[in-house]
Amino acid sequence: MTQATDSFEEIESAVVRFAGDSGDGMQTIGERFTDSSAFAGNDIATLPDFPAEIRAPAGTIAGVSGYQLQFGSRSILTPGDEPDALVAMNPAALKSNVSDLPEGGMLVVNVDSFKKMNLKKAGYESNPLEDEEFRKKYQLIELDLTTLTKEALSASPLKPSDKARCKNFFALGFMCYVYGRPLDPTLKFFDQKWGKRLPEVAEANSTALKAGHNLGDTMESARNRYQLAKAVVSPGVYRKISGNEALVYGLVAGAQSANRELLYSGYPITPASPVLEGLSALKRFGIKTVQAEDEIAAMGVAIGASFAGDLSVVATSGPGMCLKSEFIGLASITELPVIICNVQRGGPSTGLPTKTEQSDLLQSLFSRHGDCPLPVIAAHSPSDCFECSIEACRIALTYCTPVIYLSDLYVANGAEPWLVPNAADLPAIEAKFADPDEEYISYKRNPETLARTQAIPGQPGLEHRIGGLEKSEDGGVNYDPENHEQMTHLRAEKVERIADTIPPTQLHGEADGDLLVIGWGGTYGAITSATQAMQAEGFSISSLHLRHLNPLPKDLGEIIKRFKKVIVPELNLGQLSLILRAKYLIDAIPLTKVQGKPFKVSELRDSFHKELS
Amino acid sequence: MSTTNTEEGSLTKKDFVTENDVRWCPGCGDYAILNAVQRTLPELGVPKEKFVVVSGIGCSSRFPYYMNTYGFHTIHGRAPTVATGVKSANPDLSVWMVTGDGDGLSIGGNHLMHLLRRNLDINVLLFNNRIYGLTKGQYSPTSEVGKKTKSTPVGSLDYPINPLLFALGSEATFIARTSDTDQKHMVETFKAAQAHKGTSFIEIFQNCVIFNNNAFDTVTGREVRSEQALMLEEGKPLRFGEDKGIRLNGFDPEIVELKDGDDESDLLVHHSKTNNPAYASILAQMAYPAFPTPFGILRQIEGRETYEDALHSQIKASQAKGEGNLQELLTGKNSWVVE
Repeated sequence: MTQATDSFEEIESAVVRFAGDSGDGMQTIGERFTDSSAFAGNDIATLPDFPAEIRAPAGTIAGVSGYQLQFGSRSILTPGDEPDALVAMNPAALKSNVSDLPEGGMLVVNVDSFKKMNLKKAGYESNPLEDEEFRKKYQLIELDLTTLTKEALSASPLKPSDKARCKNFFALGFMCYVYGRPLDPTLKFFDQKWGKRLPEVAEANSTALKAGHNLGDTMESARNRYQLAKAVVSPGVYRKISGNEALVYGLVAGAQSANRELLYSGYPITPASPVLEGLSALKRFGIKTVQAEDEIAAMGVAIGASFAGDLSVVATSGPGMCLKSEFIGLASITELPVIICNVQRGGPSTGLPTKTEQSDLLQSLFSRHGDCPLPVIAAHSPSDCFECSIEACRIALTYCTPVIYLSDLYVANGAEPWLVPNAADLPAIEAKFADPDEEYISYKRNPETLARTQAIPGQPGLEHRIGGLEKSEDGGVNYDPENHEQMTHLRAEKVERIADTIPPTQLHGEADGDLLVIGWGGTYGAITSATQAMQAEGFSISSLHLRHLNPLPKDLGEIIKRFKKVIVPELNLGQLSLILRAKYLIDAIPLTKVQGKPFKVSELRDSFHKELS
Repeated sequence: MSTTNTEEGSLTKKDFVTENDVRWCPGCGDYAILNAVQRTLPELGVPKEKFVVVSGIGCSSRFPYYMNTYGFHTIHGRAPTVATGVKSANPDLSVWMVTGDGDGLSIGGNHLMHLLRRNLDINVLLFNNRIYGLTKGQYSPTSEVGKKTKSTPVGSLDYPINPLLFALGSEATFIARTSDTDQKHMVETFKAAQAHKGTSFIEIFQNCVIFNNNAFDTVTGREVRSEQALMLEEGKPLRFGEDKGIRLNGFDPEIVELKDGDDESDLLVHHSKTNNPAYASILAQMAYPAFPTPFGILRQIEGRETYEDALHSQIKASQAKGEGNLQELLTGKNSWVVE
């Protein structure tokens, strides 16, 4: 698989993890390394992993922030199970990450931070770097990063403590040398970020980056140097995109495709805040953003805006979804289009606010009181968030209904290269308001979709009232038993009919066989990688990934029947498997994990092997 | 389809009446308020299709169903949020929000506070009957301490909130009080609210005949109101009864009896446009029996930008520098080309 050339070793892919204190700038250099890798033409997948505290006590395990990415010349679907190289900026980062580094892996440490106090804070009784066995276990590269950075910046006007803060870029420069990453994208980043405002900071970071790179060149222990070919991908314009960015762009695109004004209302919550921030920066698109006083209010503002004719959107995470539930019921009974995005995190309650989980599926399906089915869709990768959010716009406006869009922290914060779509090719979304020249009956339905037509305030002659009380077709409050039953069925049937527009389910692998893996959301990369690997080993295994979780695709039941066993990997205690069992009366096997971390490919392979042996 | 002529000036009360049977209890104060609103709207010079009535939950919140305008009966306490969404989406609409003492000050207190401080140009009618009516008679956040109800058989414990002080503390730019017993005063107050640019907060004393009958008789009763109510008139001294007035002693108001030939000049003069909230605060805290209870516009502050104007002017300012281009957004600044 690998082949040595002069000083370079040619490799197909690599996994690098940067770990340090949450104030050390690990997310920043992780993102820079990602950009450089994207520029180098590699496929990438990333996993930022940071603590819930903004600045936990320095030097402690609780304060360790990490960023892992996998890059390669082949298709990269996950950030990798375990790192090939680990950069540890302090003893706590080493302690909490080194168990993931396989024997022989590259270990870069900042020896300057391995002092008594820091070792104690990390819970080391003695310095592991002085342990011969430990030293032999890894390909250890000891750098006195703080000292080296300060020396490199001897001419800089920055004060000593600010000079020391540039050490993350020194480390980045070194790693860029090891993996043959270009420095230009990072130098451009410095210029864009600080060039005008703080030129001395831009200069110092550039110097540190280059010094790190030069050190690699001159240092004997960096003799291992790797080279990766460009990934073979379709020609076109590419960019790096994160899931939350893709969601923001998809909403802008969806509103344009539907020719509607976009109003977003939100309340700050991890990990959905970037959606509020992202849309707030796009006023030039005419987007209205409201930072509401709480999660409930955010939903109310969206419903009001929807009633007034805007395409309205909220984004939140689990705790916010709990608070919005009553309002979501109101949006359902009044049949108003609203896009409700839930960027899932570990729950229940405050749970694991900065870790990933897929445990809000049943909440999405059932959290309202009364019989209140709603469309639910889920994005499977960062770039898929773009298509999913456009799909959410389509469903909301075509069926005049609230839609729940699910992503998760892993998908939302992760990044990958994206073939930039042509804006002109995005399909139009047809959604008309009631015509003031025609008689308006507020709950009269389109015979095909069962959607009602919205009449917006300001139109003469269409004055009408909506509200949370049950209505009859003419819009009047109606408590008749038969009417309530009929309206409940109609609302449910409307949601069911969305299935008529879901494209046929894509199977990865043979159309029948021994084992079918069914997944949804952010597990796509790991499931697909594991399935492909086992197919290559000759196993009879196929996988499919659901975007539409309600209604489910019409062909799903028939596909399931063609396999002897069905396994459902999920980052929860078995929520989709419960639905599949109920709906298709099959013995779907739940494969669950709730550690706040994504599945490793190896974990899935082990489980699939077990089912097939 | 309605064939109503919506031209300004040609509307009448009838245009705002729906076919729905009004289902409040016979004798409920809500009928009088509905009548006053239906009398006010045709006189505002606003086309009928521009009115939107938004409510929460409670007896008062059935209001939209009886108004032949656009209307939205939402959920308990949350009307301010929906009204904010409507007005933010389309500032051209005339939004009227109807709430009650429970809906607006208990479950929805937070939203009401934020609506007021944001100063959206919305008219808020808070029907205060000091009781939960729709749930059949539990005490409310404006009930007096010791209120005996089904949920408080030996008396309620909590100190009531003063809606006017609440509005003042929430930075409301228009604060008024009126009563369901006074059609003329209600119509005048509603008109002033509509004329005010910003959130107008109106507390309406509203009698619940079933669960809290005669709660306001001591100040609105025909025989006593001239003595026990204080009708605020802009630029005029605070006078009530035949010969009484209010003056300030330090920070405290006090009642003075004017005898023949006494000078009015040391009485407080009503200036609702005073920026300093101290005066409005003094008025808001005056209540029978220690003082006459004030009615009218306590405070109207002009010149603070409304939320929706600020929202839309930020957008316009941004677009003036160049409208967004979707393709540029998607491509971003750091793209690369694969041949």
